[in-house]
Amino acid sequence: MHELGVTQEVLDIALNKAREAQASRITKINLVIGEMSGIVDDSVQFYFDFLSQDSIARDARLSFRRVPMQVRCRRCGFSFSPEKLDWSCPKCKEWDAEVTAGKEFYIDSIEVD
Amino acid sequence: MKIKVLQNILDANTQMAQKNQRLLDNHRILALNIMASPGAGKTSLILKTIARLKDKTRIAVIEGDIASTIDADRISDQGVAVVQINTGGGCHLDANMVENALNNLKLNEIDLLFIENVGNLVCPAAFRLGEHKRVVLLSVPEGDDKPIKYPMMFTESEAVVINKIDLMPLLDFDLDAFKRKVIGLNPDVEIFQLSAKTGQGLDPWLSWLEAELKSLRAQT
Repeated sequence: MHELGVTQEVLDIALNKAREAQASRITKINLVIGEMSGIVDDSVQFYFDFLSQDSIARDARLSFRRVPMQVRCRRCGFSFSPEKLDWSCPKCKEWDAEVTAGKEFYIDSIEVD
Repeated sequence: MKIKVLQNILDANTQMAQKNQRLLDNHRILALNIMASPGAGKTSLILKTIARLKDKTRIAVIEGDIASTIDADRISDQGVAVVQINTGGGCHLDANMVENALNNLKLNEIDLLFIENVGNLVCPAAFRLGEHKRVVLLSVPEGDDKPIKYPMMFTESEAVVINKIDLMPLLDFDLDAFKRKVIGLNPDVEIFQLSAKTGQGLDPWLSWLEAELKSLRAQT
């Protein structure tokens, strides 16, 4: 995907928040990433280590909370995690699914000194 | 110390996209983000649409490609305003690139703007550009399983165009199964089936564009 650009955004947002809080160092960034986003954790950490080296976020650890995809059947209301290529409802067998989780893509919090 | 952030990582892009949309609204321009795999027929559909609508609708195109001006040249040959964006390896257009492109168009002379995204069924879905409608194009040779392999593209779009239906007799594309999957993900989506090459099935697509343009004009 486009991890470099995404990582730059993560760093910018974190530095901004840390500056507002007059922090001297960012130690951890807690990210919430839905399964549908297609972001590769290792790749983000790799770019982060490079991009942050001259900033107060140097050596910060990125923590990824992965949110599995969850859909809700519009016919019977049953919620389930679809398996591979089958999104039909395990309960009523209809294929009419609304995505209710898995698109998350945000910074939950940062930890600073 | 822990600081709550709760900020979307793509916030900067979303805000820029909203700014683009306000600019487009002020000029009463209907903007469509055309997304598809490489070779699905994005440029061909735009060219065919230009040929059919250009007498009554002023059309402009923003062409996104990793490199080259091949597509922009094809559009420009039709006498339509076109701005080429080369992403230089980037896998999608973002709102900032589109803002720059908008600055290079005469917005007072446009009714309908096509933004042709980089050929890719993954990344463009995550980046709003300021468009009013997102259109995903899927060509018959790609297979009917794509909605499930690339769900974001289909859940985030307002219209799905099935292109190259003239090839249907040669291939195993199951049209009903495809539509069932698309509607199963996104029940409100508009579905068009056409051949940009032969012109078959083009009328409902053109009518939809004209209706959307009319409805935008009625609001603003």
